[in-house]
Amino acid sequence: MSTGTGSKTAGKIFTVAVASGKGGTGKTTVAISMALCAETDVQLLDCDVEEPNAHILLKPSIQGNEHVSMPVPFLDEAKCTGCGKCSGICAFNAIVFLKKPLFLPDLCHSCGLCMKVCPGKAIMEKPRHIGILEIGAKGDVGFVSGCLDIGIASSPALIRAVRKQSKNAGLEIIDCPPGTACSFVTSVKDSDFVLLVTEPTRFGLHDMTLAIKVIKQLKLPFGVLVNKSISDDDCIGKYCSSEKIPLLMRIPDDRSIAEAYSRGVDLMEVKPELKDGFLKMIDAVRAIAEEDGGK
Amino acid sequence: MKEIVVISGKGGTGKTTIAASFAALAENAVMADCDVDASDLHLILRPVIKTGNRFFCGHEAEIRKNDCISCGACLANCRFEAVKMNGDVAGEAEFSIDASACDGCGACVYLCPVKAIDFHSRYCGEWFVSDTRFGPMVHAVLAPGAENSGKLVNLVRMNAKKTAEETGGNIIITDGPPGIGCPVISSVTGADAVLAVAEPTLSGLHDLRRIMELARHFGIRTLVCVNRSDMNTGISEEIEKLSAESGAVFAGRIPYDDEINRAHDGGISIIEHGKGESVGRIREVWNETRRNI
Repeated sequence: MSTGTGSKTAGKIFTVAVASGKGGTGKTTVAISMALCAETDVQLLDCDVEEPNAHILLKPSIQGNEHVSMPVPFLDEAKCTGCGKCSGICAFNAIVFLKKPLFLPDLCHSCGLCMKVCPGKAIMEKPRHIGILEIGAKGDVGFVSGCLDIGIASSPALIRAVRKQSKNAGLEIIDCPPGTACSFVTSVKDSDFVLLVTEPTRFGLHDMTLAIKVIKQLKLPFGVLVNKSISDDDCIGKYCSSEKIPLLMRIPDDRSIAEAYSRGVDLMEVKPELKDGFLKMIDAVRAIAEEDGGK
Repeated sequence: MKEIVVISGKGGTGKTTIAASFAALAENAVMADCDVDASDLHLILRPVIKTGNRFFCGHEAEIRKNDCISCGACLANCRFEAVKMNGDVAGEAEFSIDASACDGCGACVYLCPVKAIDFHSRYCGEWFVSDTRFGPMVHAVLAPGAENSGKLVNLVRMNAKKTAEETGGNIIITDGPPGIGCPVISSVTGADAVLAVAEPTLSGLHDLRRIMELARHFGIRTLVCVNRSDMNTGISEEIEKLSAESGAVFAGRIPYDDEINRAHDGGISIIEHGKGESVGRIREVWNETRRNI
């Protein structure tokens, strides 16, 4: 939030969310390169919990796992009076009522309202497993990743659990999921800066404009990185200059980068000469966020 | 009538390229774009909208400041960190709802002792029935950052089926979203088959395993193709083996092709563009898909 970031002065945690709109533009590659380049206390949070990939490129040693659950309701039949209030009040149609309530955990958002309104106190909660957190490090880079269980729909709950692992100092980099819906919002919310990684194609431009709409609503400062760049005069460059959006870096379109990625080799190993560019970009990001926070 | 959903797990593997090509190759098809929060199929199919409908879904809470007694019950009852307290001491603090965090559960609304919280219905986007040069298309735009993308996906699929029934369509070709969560589950449940478009990278392989497991979880017939197969032929082979081992149909390999972006820049599918190594291969993937659903 533009007013919220001002309180975070230098030395406190600084959070950059790496997002895109379109999938496959290079979010993970960029997030990891930033983490490896930054000469500061840094932590990478993989919030793309449906398809987490950061561990494949970063290859961290995992020090521990944490199981993440959501509370879902269950019934103490002896206490249920059959009033049906729980079913009537559930906003997610997760309670079917036939004399007694039947809970549908796939639809439940774990708001706890049914339990709180039950006059006979007949509803209790039990945990439902939704995913795992992996916590580890690669050298000085702290690492947390969330992995959603197959068949579970509620990514935002797991994303919130990943973000709770935030430290209170240093640089925090969030590898966000694609798209512009609630998973994306949960991942970028309350960050100090959103870095949009895009590619110079029609799809890349279109989905970036959708992401920008959301980021503007959230009032977060943002900038653009063009990956697979062929020319400085592409559709992204034109869009950014006409909309006065900072274009912070270009990574060239290079088959050797794509091939290395396919083998799980990170960008800094193939193109160490890009390190300077990343460091400059991190500085620019901090400067823009600070200016925005001062507004 | 059959319904095939193009999915991928990992984003950016070429779902829309394949779906747009299938639209060009199919006869009597209805197209559906279920990637409602980052849809791109319309950039190629250029639909002419016939009907547009606003999509309201769920609610969002809003505190009426004049009626609020600052008791903090809303804050205590919200599990989505959507209630913001301005000021420190409950009793004097000002409470408000962060709409971007509100899940629309209504806990604060029902549990407010003075009923000072309104519960507005929430505008979540728009959906359209359109005409394209390849037949009817049903598509949608989720409101920026909105919840309920799964429900909008259901609406798109329902109306694609209805449109197919009305127009005598015999196949629905659906461009699906990335991932394995809510909108993907809504896109695939009850479909006749999914085609997973994989890329030959370690990340692509990792994500393919998860999306195939999801399809198995819901008992959906699965086909697999590899896009940009020459980027890593070893992993491409591994993907082909994985498909065979897990009972999926392997529908073919598509090589990396510069011409695809050129076609898309011109607003046409690679099939209509007609140039490039991928054209024949995508045609084979389509034939294999048609044979198997």
